[in-house]
Amino acid sequence: MMTRTILDPTGERSVAERARLARPATLDGLTVGLLDISKPRGDVFLDRLEQRLTGIGATVKRYRKPTFTKPAPVDLRHEIATECEVVIEALAD
Amino acid sequence: MLPDGLVVVVKHECETCRMVVPVLRELASSVGVTVYTQDDAEFPGDPMAIHDADLSISWHHDIETVPTVIKVDDGIEIERTIGWSREQWEALTGVAGLGEDLPVMRPGCGSMSVDPDLVDMLRVRFGATTLRSRRIEIAELEDEFEVMFQRGWTDGLPVVPPTEERVLRMLTGTTRPLDEIVATVPPDLVDVTVEKVAIAAVMAGCLPEYLPWVLTAVEAVCTDEFNMHGLLATTMPVSPVIVCSGPGTRRIRMNSGMNALGQGNRANSTIGRALQLLVRNVGGGRPGEIDRATHGNPGKVSFCFAEDDVESPIGTLAGSRGVPDGVDALTVFPGEGPRCVVDQMSRTPESLASSLAVNLRTVHHPKLPIGFDAILVLGPEHGRVFADAGWDRARILAELHARLQLPGSEIVRGAGGIAEGVPESLAGSTLPKFRPDGLLLAFAGGRAGLFSAIIGGWANGTVGSTPVTRQVRY
Repeated sequence: MMTRTILDPTGERSVAERARLARPATLDGLTVGLLDISKPRGDVFLDRLEQRLTGIGATVKRYRKPTFTKPAPVDLRHEIATECEVVIEALAD
Repeated sequence: MLPDGLVVVVKHECETCRMVVPVLRELASSVGVTVYTQDDAEFPGDPMAIHDADLSISWHHDIETVPTVIKVDDGIEIERTIGWSREQWEALTGVAGLGEDLPVMRPGCGSMSVDPDLVDMLRVRFGATTLRSRRIEIAELEDEFEVMFQRGWTDGLPVVPPTEERVLRMLTGTTRPLDEIVATVPPDLVDVTVEKVAIAAVMAGCLPEYLPWVLTAVEAVCTDEFNMHGLLATTMPVSPVIVCSGPGTRRIRMNSGMNALGQGNRANSTIGRALQLLVRNVGGGRPGEIDRATHGNPGKVSFCFAEDDVESPIGTLAGSRGVPDGVDALTVFPGEGPRCVVDQMSRTPESLASSLAVNLRTVHHPKLPIGFDAILVLGPEHGRVFADAGWDRARILAELHARLQLPGSEIVRGAGGIAEGVPESLAGSTLPKFRPDGLLLAFAGGRAGLFSAIIGGWANGTVGSTPVTRQVRY
């Protein structure tokens, strides 16, 4: 039997790996983004987080995805990346 | 490139080619001729021929019949004739009185370059360099089917190994260039080429004539409206359901009749499967990873069927969504598995509409309105009840919607002792089960059985997914 050749059915991506930023030692003085993915009651969770974060000296900014079923629009991701040092994404039902 | 002047392609095995040898001599001695022989390097001997041993001349000049006579000027083909016809040979060569001892005409034989036993090999010989995908060697002692499983490329069933021969054969099913970008496939957002779609189609078991339907389905699901990413990521059991409409469904022998939503028809089974394999392998949408379905459904292997556009009293789903009659199109719908509505008693359209409506009300939950679409696949015997009463598509839909206005008091949280439902504030309102264009009607199924089928949808509209209809591009 001969060696057989087949064609790669995958996307053949070469994934660029990016290192994570170092974890901040404290949130005091940092801007924390809270991203609501628009699932019901996610805001309840995020409201409480905002209280806690503000209480330890962080500045909180709130963001919201148009719908939980789609990835965050690129403009929104850019906005968060330029305005915040840390982001928390809330997934709730 | 062919030499200027007259070119004749022949093969020894062909009786007509042997018959015209005296004519070739006449031409050689008068106007000159270049003869290519496909099989026997010594044929015809006089005049001497060039052996087209690898059939490259025949392949690249689309020789389908021998003998073929071609007139070439400045390297460009001016005209050609096939077989033997004294009149045509004389007209093409400008030489009168050719082959006076021969019959007036005789058909030629098949060229070796289109021999069904050789054509796949030739396609690889002359076309494989155009394929861009990475080559993967399977070792002699490896089982090629197990290799496909081990690499995670299957849906749990065996797939056909996508060899160069098979992929090139699949690509004959479309006129699109193989490097054309068809869509950007989620979740990994990979630009997919016609070639990669053909690979998935081979693996799924498609025939080349199905490829235009697969390509169209890929285009349709990879749209922002359809939201394939969300459909993969949701915990709900839904996945693309492909409803095919138009005369082309019959050309590729799709099933729109008995067991239309079931197994056993190659086109139905493999078109849907090719789409799923593509999303898995190119898009990276694999169960347990991005695909977070709580239960899933068996239609996630493949769910594709045709409408019976000949017998349908209500036209086609694609037609109702703007596609002209006689044009091939498909509609992708984010659907779960089908369920049956049994009504063997209704003989009036009012009774049948009420019967279908109470079943449609239960889609995902009888107390949840507006948020989910559905396809109602009307069976022929149910369709006849409506047709006999003169109800067309618009009337059927209007009557169903009228019966699917849900009193808020019945569907608020807690009503019926069930916590699921809409907020208490809506108790005094009436809410439609389906948004105005959220109920889709298709027509398919066997001729016996007073049944229809319901395919429930998913979060609809801009929040989730909108059905998409596309004309098939060949």
